[in-house]
Amino acid sequence: MASVANPSFPDYSTQAPTQHMFSPYADNGGSVVAIAGDDFVIIGADTRLSAGFSIYTREQNKLFRLSDNTVLGCAGCWCDTLTLTRILKARMQMYEQEHNKTMSTTAAAQMLSTMLYYKRFFPYYISNILVGLDNEGKGCVYSYDPIGHCERASYRAGGSAGALLQPLLDNQIGLKNMQNVTNKTVTLDRALAVVKDVFISAAERDIYTGDKIMIIIITKNGIKEDSFDLRKD
Amino acid sequence: MFSTYDTFSAPSFWQNGPSPGVIYNFPGSQTGNSHLFQHSQAPVTTATSIVAITFNKGVLIAGDMLGSYGSLARFRNCPRIMKVNDNVILGAGGDYADFQYVKDFIDQKVIDEQCLDDGFIMKPKSLYCWLTRIMYNRRSKFDPFWNNFVVGGLQDGEPFLGTIDKLGTSYEDKTICTGYGAYMATPLLRDAMDKNPNPTEQEARDLVNRCMEVLYYRDARSFPKYQLAVITADGVSIEGPLEVKQNWNLAHMIH
Amino acid sequence: MFRNQYDSDVTVWSPQGRLHQVEYAMEAVKLGSATVSLKNATHAVLIALKRASSELAAYQKKIIPIDNHVGVTISGLTADARILSRYMRQECLNYKYSLDTLMPVSRLISYLGNKMQVCTQRYDRRPYGVGLLVAGYDEQGPHIYQTCPSANYFDCKAMAIGARSQSARTYLEKHLSEFPEASVEETVKHGLRALRDTLANEVELTTKNVSIGLVGKGQQFKILDENETAAYLAMIAGEERRSGYTGPEVPPPSRDEAGDQDPSRDPLPSVAMETE
Repeated sequence: MASVANPSFPDYSTQAPTQHMFSPYADNGGSVVAIAGDDFVIIGADTRLSAGFSIYTREQNKLFRLSDNTVLGCAGCWCDTLTLTRILKARMQMYEQEHNKTMSTTAAAQMLSTMLYYKRFFPYYISNILVGLDNEGKGCVYSYDPIGHCERASYRAGGSAGALLQPLLDNQIGLKNMQNVTNKTVTLDRALAVVKDVFISAAERDIYTGDKIMIIIITKNGIKEDSFDLRKD
Repeated sequence: MFSTYDTFSAPSFWQNGPSPGVIYNFPGSQTGNSHLFQHSQAPVTTATSIVAITFNKGVLIAGDMLGSYGSLARFRNCPRIMKVNDNVILGAGGDYADFQYVKDFIDQKVIDEQCLDDGFIMKPKSLYCWLTRIMYNRRSKFDPFWNNFVVGGLQDGEPFLGTIDKLGTSYEDKTICTGYGAYMATPLLRDAMDKNPNPTEQEARDLVNRCMEVLYYRDARSFPKYQLAVITADGVSIEGPLEVKQNWNLAHMIH
Repeated sequence: MFRNQYDSDVTVWSPQGRLHQVEYAMEAVKLGSATVSLKNATHAVLIALKRASSELAAYQKKIIPIDNHVGVTISGLTADARILSRYMRQECLNYKYSLDTLMPVSRLISYLGNKMQVCTQRYDRRPYGVGLLVAGYDEQGPHIYQTCPSANYFDCKAMAIGARSQSARTYLEKHLSEFPEASVEETVKHGLRALRDTLANEVELTTKNVSIGLVGKGQQFKILDENETAAYLAMIAGEERRSGYTGPEVPPPSRDEAGDQDPSRDPLPSVAMETE
């Protein structure tokens, strides 16, 4: 099929579109939001897995527990996500066996960056957000681009509605462009409410976000899981 | 290869043919670039949708028996639902040759496992995961298996249904349809599952038969002859060829 | 220097049909400290006696976790055990990566057996000088396997290997019928008593020199920490010690009970030392 526009034979090329050019990537949508506090971190991801105008499934968890202290949220090309998280889990186990301890969140964050950059010239097309508690017990959020740029932040939105939600978080959590505000630290209740609210907003405008959100809250007492329904259309 | 003449040469006499004094390579003669391996192929003989649903005691997978050659209904007896072992069934859409290749591979895997004779038998989740890896590895080589696979079975007594596409994208759900079925059968099945989340085998059969009928009316690459595989704790049965009930009385009113 | 002229290489047969080098390697297992493994209906337990090479050194690790459902305890060359355990870990990871299930213990052992066998058939290799007790749990229940440098492996109900392990085996054989119905706690206690029987009279089991590994239904493989070990040790502390080790070392029953062998052909335990 590709011979229709074979560059070796320009004389014989036609204007007809080339058929079935294989693309190894798919955009399967999904959004991830994470907010860190002084002694907690919260991450939420919707459960819709889609491609184009089809919804593959309404119940796809996109949060991956790497340890009792670290969770990764993924949105983007689902086949890459599956592969990356499988390798990550194996790497976590290898670390544990080699060092006789569980990998810390900061170490996992650095490892993820390295693993993404290793595929620099055939990247995993995923927007990753990794959360956990750091060595001092403070909540931390790491966000990545698909080729391994890593940045620590205190709140982040990623995935198909990332561009929609980040300014909203800037305002509500980062308190940007607000006047006469002093309160700097965010409480767990406030963070949870904001996560739910921003997902409701995203589901209104982004067709790749919806159905349900899974929320994971990490505190020093361990991991708690929660879920919240979104609109399903 | 073609622009062997430069600005000092005389302008060409005509287009799309050999120029005087220049060696012409006829299209298709492969001279010069035979070292190029053409990776991403396109599907050739293809099969259309797979429809699958879980019910209270197992899983149902249905698919018609047509092998299409483009728009030509070329092969009319192409079974594409296979029993993997007593635990697992597999349905496939897309390129039929790729399916046969993967099928042979899986059959060999099952035989190898039987030869071990250690009392372990592959479960659907294992096959699902393994197929996901196979498909992802091939897509990463830019040489994909052009298929959609649907894996059904019993995972420790619980119904399991999952699907893998040519990229290695995979997910589990209670209803899965591939190809045109994703557009036309999925809404029917999701609607039915919302109303009755845990159907009996008979209810599931009726639903799937209805979907096959709708697909036959609307999918131009479909066929009235289909197979239906059922897996429960009692074992696997692949029924068919079954026939879609047809009624074209309305046809003359549709324009 | 040599015991006879047929032990120059692993690939050399003796006229009696024996591979002396392989048999010498079997002796390496008896040089390691004793380790015991047993199972009840749902759990498999590993209990190992740790040694410190000197007053200045820490106690050497004896139990190695392989995966969530498998762990091994070793006797013999620790360095060889590290290579084998790395291989087992790799196989378990690969299996989990491609099939999303834990590797059946029997398959893991057969892979390991195949790997070890190669070393008994090639002139440029030497057998692994370590015996393993592998405890694992899969959908067929708890398992205990013993592997030898000869690349043989045995599916066991209970087993002990290492220095003076005959006393532990005697204990295990005596109480074998009690194991299937025993609770996890009882099973660990049996294991500790068996291990204690291998000790010289003046030596005691302590939290420092005992290591306990546990795997079973709903229980991922774990090595008990010092507090948990102390709790189990306390349970058997009051009991009178049945018999300290006194007699000479006896080869493990897997070989001397074979029946079809002329007892005089059994390798002498001291030979491995004399070849130095």
